Amino acid sequence: MKPLLEVRNLAIQFATEGGAVDAVKGISFSMEPGETLAIVGESGSGKSVTGLALTRLLPEPPAIYKSGEILLEGRDVLKLSPGELRGIRGKKIAYIFQEPSTSLNPVFTIRNQIAEAIKLHRREVTDIDAEVVKYLDLVGIVDPAKRMRDYPHQLSGGMQQRAMIAMALSCQPDLLVADEPTTALDVTIQAQIIDELKQLKQRVKMAIILITHNFGIISGIADRVAVMFRGKIVEYGETASVLKNPQHPYTRALIECIPQLGAKRERLTTIDHAALAAEVG
Amino acid sequence: MARFFDNIWVQDAIVVFGFALVAALIWRGSRNERWQRAWKRLRRDKVGMISGVVIALYLAVGALEAIQIPHREWYSVSILGWLTQSIPHETSYSAPFAKETLSVAKAEALNGTHILGTDALGKDTFVQTLRACRTALIIGGLTSAIYIPLGTLLGILAGYYRRWVDDLIQYIYSTLASIPEILLLISILMVLGKGLGTMSIALGVTSWVGLCRLIRGETMRQAERPYIAAARSLGQSQWKIVTSHLLPNVLHLVLINFVLGFSGLVLAEAILSYLGVGSPVGTASWGAMIDGARSELSREPLVWWNLTAATAALFGLVLSLNLFGDALRRAFDPKRG
Repeated sequence: MKPLLEVRNLAIQFATEGGAVDAVKGISFSMEPGETLAIVGESGSGKSVTGLALTRLLPEPPAIYKSGEILLEGRDVLKLSPGELRGIRGKKIAYIFQEPSTSLNPVFTIRNQIAEAIKLHRREVTDIDAEVVKYLDLVGIVDPAKRMRDYPHQLSGGMQQRAMIAMALSCQPDLLVADEPTTALDVTIQAQIIDELKQLKQRVKMAIILITHNFGIISGIADRVAVMFRGKIVEYGETASVLKNPQHPYTRALIECIPQLGAKRERLTTIDHAALAAEVG
Repeated sequence: MARFFDNIWVQDAIVVFGFALVAALIWRGSRNERWQRAWKRLRRDKVGMISGVVIALYLAVGALEAIQIPHREWYSVSILGWLTQSIPHETSYSAPFAKETLSVAKAEALNGTHILGTDALGKDTFVQTLRACRTALIIGGLTSAIYIPLGTLLGILAGYYRRWVDDLIQYIYSTLASIPEILLLISILMVLGKGLGTMSIALGVTSWVGLCRLIRGETMRQAERPYIAAARSLGQSQWKIVTSHLLPNVLHLVLINFVLGFSGLVLAEAILSYLGVGSPVGTASWGAMIDGARSELSREPLVWWNLTAATAALFGLVLSLNLFGDALRRAFDPKRG
C-alpha cells in the first residue's frame, strides 16, 4: 500500500536569543492509511512539535524547518503555498488539542463551530444541522440536537473534548493528530475518550497519530509506537513488541514509570536524565 | 459640491439614510440566532429596556432637530424649531418662571413663561437644550463611527500579526500620542474648516489611540489561546480568524470604550467651541452651554439654569448609554443562562 504520510529526516530548530535550538533532530517515520501511531515521550522531547509540523502550524519565526520532507500522499508539505496549506489543514490532517476548555471559542455555540468547519471543507453538504448532529452522535454525545445549542462553558471537560473530536472528524480528514487529548481530563474521562477513539478507528477509516507522555494509554489503540527522546526517535516498532521487549534504555525507563495494579507497593521509578544522556549520548 | 450639500433636502436625505442604515443593520441582525437570544434576555432586563427607551427619546429629539423643512421667513427651519416657534425670544437672561428679565440696568417684562429660563440672547433654555441633542449625537455618534472601527481593526491587526505590522501601527499611534491632543485637534480643524462633520473627523483621528492599545493587548492575550490554534489547524483563513474569532472576543472592550468615551466627546466639543475652532457660532450645544457657565456663575444674581439644563441632559444621555451598554453586554454574554 502507498503510505499516507512519510516523514523523512525532518529537522526543526527554534531561533532563540541564545542561538538556534534543535527541537527535532532528523526523524523519519511513515504511516499507512488507517494506521494508528503513538508518539510517546516526555515534555520537550519534540513530539508536539512534530505533530504541529505536519501541516506547518508552528509559528515561523521562531520555528525553522531546517531539513527533511513531509510527504503527504506524495506531496511535500514543506513546499506548499499558504493557500494550499489551508486546504490540507482540517481537510487532510485535523487536530485535537490538550485543553478542550480553551480550544473551543467561548462566544460561539458548539453547532456554530462545527458548522464552520463543515462549511470550510465540505461545500457539498446542504443540511448542515443534520451533519452536526451526526458527528456529535458519532462521538457519543447524548441528545446531540439539544447539546449543539450549548456554549462550550456549559459542557463538561469530557464533553468539550468530544465536541472537539466531532469538529475534527466533521472535515473527514485522512489523519487525525491527537496531541495529548486526555492530559487535561480526569482519569475516568481519559479512559472514555481513549475508548471513543478506539471505536472511531473502526467506524471511520482514518489514521491517527496519538501524541502522549503516558505509555499506559496506548496499548489497546496504537498499531505502532515511536518513542521520542531529546528530539530523536529512539525506538520505533509494533506496539506489542515495544511494550514487551523494549530495546532502548529510555523506553525501558518510561515503561517502568507506569504504576502496576496489584504490584508490591514500592516507590515508582524515576528517570535519571543525566545518567541516561550519558548512556545514549 | 458645497452647494449640493447646502440643499436642505440633501441633508434630510442623509439623516434619513443614516437612520435607515441602522434599522437595516438591526433587521439583518435579528435573523441571527445570537441576536435573537440576546434580545430575549434584553427584554426581561428592566433597567436595560428603560435606558433603551430613554436613548430612543434622545435620538428622536435629535432627529427632529436634524430634519429641515422650508420656511417662509427664514430659508429653512428644523422640525423642532418649527414646533417651538410659538415660544417667544426675550432680550436677555431670565430665571425659570420669572416675570421679568434679569438685567442690571433695567428689567423688562417677559412675553411668555420659560420653564427653564432664557440664556444671554434671550432664547428659551429648554428649547436650546433639546436642540443641542442633535449636536451631541452627531459629535458622539459620528466620531465613534470613525474611531471605533479604526482603533478596533488596527488593534487586532497589530496584536495578531505582530512583527512589522505591529511595529508600523505602534509607530503611527505613538507619534499621534506624542503630539499634544488639543494642538493636533486645532491644526486638523484649521485645515478642514469649522463644522460638526469636520470636528467629528478631527476627534475621530485623535481618539482611536487608547482603544487601539487596549484591543492590541487583549488580542495578544486571546491569540495565545488554543482556540485560535484550533481554528488555524482547521484551515481557517487569517482574515476569518481575525473577523470571526478574535473580533467577537474583544467586542466587550469596544462596547465599554464607546460608552465611556461618549461623554468625553461631547465635552471635547465644548472645549473646541470655547477655543473658537469648534461648532459654528449659534449652534446649540451642551458644551457651549456648560462653557458659558464660567461667566454666568460669577454673576450676581447667579445664572444657574443653563448649566443645570445642559448637565442634566448630558447626564441623562450618558447614564442611559452606560446602563444600556451594560445591559447589552449582559445580554450577549454566553456565560449567563
